[in-house]
Amino acid sequence: MQTTTTSTTGIFNLDPCCSPWEQRLNTLLSVGLAAGADLVEVFLERTDHLGVLAEQDKITSVSPAFGMGAGIRVFRGARDGFVSTNDLSDTGLTEALDQALAMLQLERSTLSGSNSFQGLSALRNFAATKNDWLERTPNLDVITQRLLEGTQCLQRLGQHLEVRRGNFSRDWQEVLVAASDGTFARDIRLHQSSGLSVLAADGDHRASIARRYGTTDKPNDLCDWNIEASAQEVCASASTMLRADYVDGGQMPVVLANRFGGVIFHEACGHLLETTQIERGTTPFAESIGESIAHPAVTAIDEGLSDGAFGSMSMDDEGMEPQRTVLIEKGVLKRFISDRAGELRTGHARTGSGRRQSHGFAAASRMRNTYIAAGPHSIDDLIGSVDRGLYCKSMGGGSVGPTGQFNFSVEEGYLIENGTLSKPVKGATLIGEAKEVMPRISMCADDLDLAAGYCGSVSGSVFVTVGQPHVKVDSITVGGR
Amino acid sequence: MGNTPLNVSALRDRLHHLASREGISQWDLGASRSNSASVQVDRGEAKQLKASQRSSITVRVWNQQGLVGITSTSDLSESGLEKALMGAHQASAFGNSDEVPHFSPLANAPTEPLDRPLKDSEGIQSLLKHLLEAEKELLSRHPAIETVPYNGLNEGSSERIYLNSDGALRQAQRTQASLYLFARAEEQGRKPRSGGAVRLALGSTDLDLKGCIDEAAERTISHLNYRPIDTGRYLVCFTPEAFLDLISAFSSMFNARAVLDGVSLSKPDTIGQQLAVPFFNLIDNGLHPAHVGAMPFDGEGTPTRALRLIGDGHLESFLHSEATARKFGVQPTGHAGLGAKVSVGPDWFEVHRSEGCRPPADHLDHRQTQDSFVMIESLNALHAGVKASQGSFSLPFDGWLVNGGERISVEAATVAGDIRELLRSIVQIEADPIVTHEGVCPHVWVDGLAITGEA
Repeated sequence: MQTTTTSTTGIFNLDPCCSPWEQRLNTLLSVGLAAGADLVEVFLERTDHLGVLAEQDKITSVSPAFGMGAGIRVFRGARDGFVSTNDLSDTGLTEALDQALAMLQLERSTLSGSNSFQGLSALRNFAATKNDWLERTPNLDVITQRLLEGTQCLQRLGQHLEVRRGNFSRDWQEVLVAASDGTFARDIRLHQSSGLSVLAADGDHRASIARRYGTTDKPNDLCDWNIEASAQEVCASASTMLRADYVDGGQMPVVLANRFGGVIFHEACGHLLETTQIERGTTPFAESIGESIAHPAVTAIDEGLSDGAFGSMSMDDEGMEPQRTVLIEKGVLKRFISDRAGELRTGHARTGSGRRQSHGFAAASRMRNTYIAAGPHSIDDLIGSVDRGLYCKSMGGGSVGPTGQFNFSVEEGYLIENGTLSKPVKGATLIGEAKEVMPRISMCADDLDLAAGYCGSVSGSVFVTVGQPHVKVDSITVGGR
Repeated sequence: MGNTPLNVSALRDRLHHLASREGISQWDLGASRSNSASVQVDRGEAKQLKASQRSSITVRVWNQQGLVGITSTSDLSESGLEKALMGAHQASAFGNSDEVPHFSPLANAPTEPLDRPLKDSEGIQSLLKHLLEAEKELLSRHPAIETVPYNGLNEGSSERIYLNSDGALRQAQRTQASLYLFARAEEQGRKPRSGGAVRLALGSTDLDLKGCIDEAAERTISHLNYRPIDTGRYLVCFTPEAFLDLISAFSSMFNARAVLDGVSLSKPDTIGQQLAVPFFNLIDNGLHPAHVGAMPFDGEGTPTRALRLIGDGHLESFLHSEATARKFGVQPTGHAGLGAKVSVGPDWFEVHRSEGCRPPADHLDHRQTQDSFVMIESLNALHAGVKASQGSFSLPFDGWLVNGGERISVEAATVAGDIRELLRSIVQIEADPIVTHEGVCPHVWVDGLAITGEA
């Protein structure tokens, strides 16, 4: 069978070592500053995406895509103008810069600025060892073979399965960031995820279960994927949930499992600690640095450093290296997650958290790998402390609104009765408000683990990790029937 | 916003030349291009001004074995087009032999004329001025309204193209503008509350700014007086927006692609069966005059048309692409995307009650009834709380508990149920259809829905 890797090499090159980009960027930035801008930033990217879908025992979709583009952002005081374009010609970029300048009532021809551009700093080339990553990823022969292994595993291990699916997604991105403060940095990112999903049905009973696994910067990750274990997990969950009753709604204590259970902190509190929320006036914690906002059992961290984690990076989308940011320590708020505009507008120092989906978005303060730290307890301690409540083993997506009210769905739940797990239940949605719920996370177990996910917000959809150990929430609203 | 349209003939000639060189005799292409400008403001200051120029093409080729491959790119240059064609050819080695898409038999059929004049752009400084005025006006409506944290005014133009090696050539342009205002209000010692409104139009000068401000203010203020609701089962009235959101989240019931994939609640033989109460009608009408985002053809070049999905409670039709239509022995309906596996999706829903049919609770009118009920204004987190393949939903909502005509906003609460049961539990569809930015629908009443509250 023919093999292919949709390499982007040769279409155009962002490596300033073998392309004229440094000179072109110097010119653009110089022109922008001369027009009166306080700061000009250019974000260049090229991308290569591959999506593959296996259904039952066939490959039903192979979807390659590639692209390129630029985002130009101009600051004047606290205001900014942003223009994105697919046209990377000199004319295209100059027109985009003109448009961004005009948004701030600046004109290239006026030459009114007093700022003089000192030139770009030496390139920080985080991509130097990553140039061959795309070529090192599995080819389509391997990808399709692995996915079909997955759907065959599901067939072998599952019962009542009407639909078996395996999917793979590879996102390769090369970025070059240049700004008039001298920032000049290049990186290559590689995010790959694979997943299995099933729909089980028996009479009127139905259960759809999906699991997705993702890593960053590990070209051969698909070959290391333990398909058998993933299929077992999916099939076991589908078998359990197929005849599960719907949960009765009400106020109750809940124990949230580790890994994707971390969505509670992500939605309930993490978003409210982004400086974009301070700018909007939508976080209740804007003036709470140094104050207790959570139970003393809670220490929470956001970082971009964990090896292979979905939210890790060598630099953010503003060219800054990521940090390990302790957000909450023993219940006390320590830091906000900040980007360039956040620092400018709120005074909170940048944390290497300026992120964007693509050149089509201006960077914003966004979470990376965000988790609650491990505590001293065992899982049995947590479950055993609940007379009647809900154990949330697997979580779905969630969101947070402008008033700080958050929600997320529970894919796989169990009632807790007299300190032990009883029957499985489905259809639960947990809702609450950060200020009320954070002080109720009263116990953390010692089994911290992370899970890959996607987060959609002001600067688009970005790769993130959520995580936590098992945690107990003393009381929360569980929506049900 | 009069941008020069893409030169379709040149694009076709370039692709024809490249395909001939590579020995590819069958291909098609979908392309789109857009320009947009948008502004956001924050308490009297410009927050962000944005503009974008985007382009993309998707090329599909059939190889000598008749299998299909596809590649998409944002690079419309000669080399980008060449690479896309080659990528699609390579991907075709992995095409699905069990289901090979063909050209739509309607790709050359006449399209319905759309009365959508292209509007001139106002320019970003004008957008900024209007939005600053709108924010100021909204902030002045009530002392508790402190910010409008989510706001935006956007205008733009876009273009869609479809062409294939059999000579089909479609091209359409449109302009569109949007305004959204979501305010946040907080009173001393009380929780923050929010409300908002959205307006769409063909151009920014046509946007109903005052209506959007009035609605956002009215909704926000109406939520200031709130209290928890008891958990239980309630008579529920869905606003048109909320009901359209719910029915859209379960649109896989009408989607032939989902039916064939086994992930729909419907089966091929569900056609003709009763899905809803006998006075319920659902039409997908991508040509509705109020649908400002209308396009005359879909991703496969099939003309857009109105399609009755549910008539008098019975399932009458599915939404189709070329491939699904062929399997069902019907014509494509104009709801396809363009892909290796072609997706199918709805355009714009219209809900109305059957002529001459009297619902069991015909006396219910959300403006006048003295009965106790819950009015659901908007449903949240549909991406997480809807299990379309199972039929279940469990969703946070904004709304009011209404008693004797008095409205009290509901503090955090969820509504849960099964879409099939819901469609069979509708007790009233009010007579007046309301045009919203996402479809046309009257207020819809359902009895016995489970609501979980904090009381």
